[in-house]
Parts: sequence; C-alpha cells; structure tokens
Amino acid sequence: MSTLHIDHASRWFGNVVAVNDITMTIGPGVTGLLGPNGAGKSTLINMMGGFLAPSNGSVTLDGATIWRNAGIYRHIGLVPEREAMYDFLTGREFVVANAELHGLGRREAARALATVEMEYAQDRKIATYSKGMRQRVKMASALVHDPSVLLLDEPFNGMDPRQRMQLMELLRRMGDEGRTVLFSSHILEEVEQLASHIEVVVAGRHAASGDFRKIRRLMTDRPHRYLVRSDDDRALAGALIADPSTSGIEVDLVDGGLRVQAVDFGRFTTLLPRVARDHGIRLLTVSPSDESLESVFSYLVAA
Amino acid sequence: MSTSTTTPPAPPAPAAAPRASLFHPTVARLTYRALLGRRRALILFVLPALLIVIAVAVRALTGADDSTAGGILGGFALGTMVPLIGVIAGTGAIGPEIDDGSVVYLLSKPVSRSTIIFTKLLVAIGVTVAFSALPVLLAGFLLNGNSQQIAVGYAVSAAVAAVAYSALFLLFGTITRHAVVFGLVYALVWEALVGTLVPGARTLSVQQWALAIGQKVAAEGAITSDVQLPVAIGLLTALTVAATWYAGRRLKALTLAGEE
Repeated sequence: MSTLHIDHASRWFGNVVAVNDITMTIGPGVTGLLGPNGAGKSTLINMMGGFLAPSNGSVTLDGATIWRNAGIYRHIGLVPEREAMYDFLTGREFVVANAELHGLGRREAARALATVEMEYAQDRKIATYSKGMRQRVKMASALVHDPSVLLLDEPFNGMDPRQRMQLMELLRRMGDEGRTVLFSSHILEEVEQLASHIEVVVAGRHAASGDFRKIRRLMTDRPHRYLVRSDDDRALAGALIADPSTSGIEVDLVDGGLRVQAVDFGRFTTLLPRVARDHGIRLLTVSPSDESLESVFSYLVAA
Repeated sequence: MSTSTTTPPAPPAPAAAPRASLFHPTVARLTYRALLGRRRALILFVLPALLIVIAVAVRALTGADDSTAGGILGGFALGTMVPLIGVIAGTGAIGPEIDDGSVVYLLSKPVSRSTIIFTKLLVAIGVTVAFSALPVLLAGFLLNGNSQQIAVGYAVSAAVAAVAYSALFLLFGTITRHAVVFGLVYALVWEALVGTLVPGARTLSVQQWALAIGQKVAAEGAITSDVQLPVAIGLLTALTVAATWYAGRRLKALTLAGEE
C-alpha cells in the first residue's frame, strides 16, 4: 500500500504563502483535493510530485522523501495540468517514449493506450488532439509503469461530460484496485461524485477533511444569505423572522429588498414561498447573495 | 473507458537507483526531434547554406586565396555562424521544454537528471558540429582546397567551439526563460563586438580558445589566436565541465510553480 504523508508542510514564494502548515495523509482509494482557484492545490500536488520543495515540513511516500528523489517515480504517475506535451509526436510515440524512460517498451505503452481508449487516434500527431484526447494520452503516459500512486492536477478541466464520465470511471477503477489516486478540483460536484475521501484546501490552509457527506453537511449547514424583494417587504420580514430558520433580516433601504440570513437552509427554502402565499405577498426576487465558491470555502475555514 | 482490468499495483519495491548510464537514447530522440522540428531550426539550415554559397561565389569570383578563405572562415563562420548555431542548438535542447512545462514528462521518470543533461548536451554538440563544423570544412575546401590546412584547422576550431557553446547555452536554457536573448548577447555582443574592440576580452572568448586549437592544426601562421594553447584547453575544459555540472544541479532542483 502506498501512502503519501504531508507533515506540517508549508511553501512560500517570496512573501506569498501558497501552502500554510498543512498536514494530511493520503492513502489508497480516490481522494479529491478540493479548493477554489489559487488555494494552493497545484502547489501541494507539485510538492507531492517532487517538483517543488516544501519550504518547511516534509512530504514523503511510504517514508521516502519525494523531493530530489528520481527513484520515487517508479511508484508515482503524474498527470500535470499544463497542456504542453511533445506535440510533434503521435500519441503512440509519446506514450512509448514515456514507457522507455521507465525502462519499459511498446507492450506497456499499448496497454496504457488501451486503458484510456486512445488506440483509435494513437497514430495522429498530438498537436491535432482535442483537450480531452490530450488528457487521456497524459493519463496513458502516467499509467504506463502501473504506478501505485496517481496524482492528477485538475484532470477534468475542459472535458466534455462524456469524457468526464469516462475519466471518473477509470479513476474509480484505479482506486478500487488499491492505488492511491489524488486529484484536484475546484468543483464540489466533481469531487463528490468520485472521491471517497475529500481534503479541502482554502487560501493555503487545510480547511476540512473527511468523506463527502461530512463535507457536504459542512457546506450546507452554514448560514445562507439571500436578497429577497417583494411587493410588501416589511410584512414579509415580520412573517419570516417568526420562524426559527431565520436568524436575521435587514431592510435594505438603498437597494430595496430584504437581506435575510437563514440558519436552516432546507427549512428556509420551503418556508419562504409558503409564507409569501399565506400572506398574499408577491415575491419579485429571491437570490442567494453569497453562493460563490469563495464564500462557501471561507466559511469552512472559519468553522 | 475499457473494462479490461489492469493488474493491481504491486507494493512499491525498494527504490532502485536510477539508471547509472550517462546517455539515454529516448531523451536523445526527443531532444533532436524537438530541435529539428521547430521553426527556429530553419536557421540551422540557412546559415550553413549561406556559408557554402559565399564560399562558392568567392572562389568563382576571386579564385583560391588563403587570406580571403581565412577571413570568411574566421570572420563569418567562427565569428558569427558557429555561436549562432550553438545558441539555437544549446538553448533549444532544453529551454522550450522547461518553458512550456513538457519537461515534466522527462523529469517524472526514474532517470537521473545528470543523465538527462548529459544526453541533451551530446545532442546539442552533435547538432552544432553537424551544422557548423562540417559546413566549415566543406566551405574551406571550396575556398582554397584546404591549402595550409586552413579548412581542417577552422573545422577543428568550430567543432571545439561547438562543445563549449553547447554546454554554455544549455546551461542558459536551464536557468532562464530568456536563454536565446542571453545567448545572442554573449555570442554577438561579447564575442563579436567587445572581442574586436577590447583586446583583453578576447582572452575570455570561446571563439579565441577554439582558434588556439585550430592554430595548432593548421599551417604555421594560417590561423591566429590571442590565447596560448594550454590556457585555451584549460579554459575550454573548465567552462564545459562547470556549465554541464551546474546545469545538472539546476535540473535536479527544478521547480514547477503552480499556475495559480
């Protein structure tokens, strides 16, 4: 079994702290590294992939330091986010070259290409590939030596739904086979569908860790804010505040409308239309005012 | 994707030492295909072709003349063409891969980074020799039929310079995104301009070191250098070894900052 240990790792670039004292353990199965853009996910993956030294702390695979350890790549397969590959090669040439660099050959390359179902385009130049095809050839190059650890940086970016489903299926299978699969994403749904375990990183800090149910609950249990406009704001405010699902209502005199803070998300969403109907109030606008991923994540950090 | 199952991963075997050899054929293949496949590679063909055309034209117009031959081979070939081709081959052997990030695929392998640098150096030297020393030899024979060993002398100089330039510009390629600019500044400003204006600067010039070796090969007085032969050999070796060593060191600690 292969386990990645990140122990009090920090990484800063000049004055900017990209990763701040993170400790996590990633074992076999599929783990999703979730966080908004700029949270430090790539920095973490680069440290796990041996392309960045932690400024502080340690990053190890089964006890072996990853930084400056070329031998570690016998066990790690890396799928970088960047698009650049050797575009002048065909997909097959590229995967064969990757196999040869592992001391393997055409047989292993063919197997990897079959695993990602790219045989049909393997003799075309990579330059002609779509983003999804590139992603699959990158996968093949990472799988060619049958690694026990697979690191993927934003693998679903730019994929269409069908490609996304296929890749999810493949990663799920890799996890079921006992490999340690870690992928990063800034989309909760993506992570939720695939990962049995989720690590949330926000602003360089480790915000949460657990299975998706726990993370989902953390995310939905937070106070939600809504902007509500109706034809009788004050009457509506009075009726809403009587219910325990709300914790505060402000009449916004500038923009017009009510700023409602709901503590019980589920209950509030059914309460609002019912209250409006019962009081004969017409709802004009109901919009969540802090649904951006950033605010969801920053709530997690504060929690 | 396909339902064929792959074999479950074996527990990591104790990490064996990366391959000890200094040359990896796959790295070499990727490097020269990248080098010759780029548009920049056109210069690799254009410059030697220009040299041959000049040689043929001069020979046809003025006949065989040793000092004219020396002027063209020393001035244009050694002074401009060899360093330019060295810049393209040396920086091109690694710079673009580091720039666009594709070098990840080479580095995330159990291949020692010294092997990668050394292989790339050999490819850069090979390309530089093929596109500079060989055309110099041919142009020399065309100009004056190798009288006074001028063709062979300059060709040897070009080959020697190719080694040092490749190492130097390969190093530039690993340390800066602007390797081509730095390479051109070194080749054209330092070697060509400062070298002609400031006599002392010539002592620190790959071109002069290489000429010192050519001087030994060619007939007495046919090729001149400002540097003594032992000094030249010492400096050429020191530069090549130091640049290669440092490039390998840089590659070992190459970091890929995230794009965030």
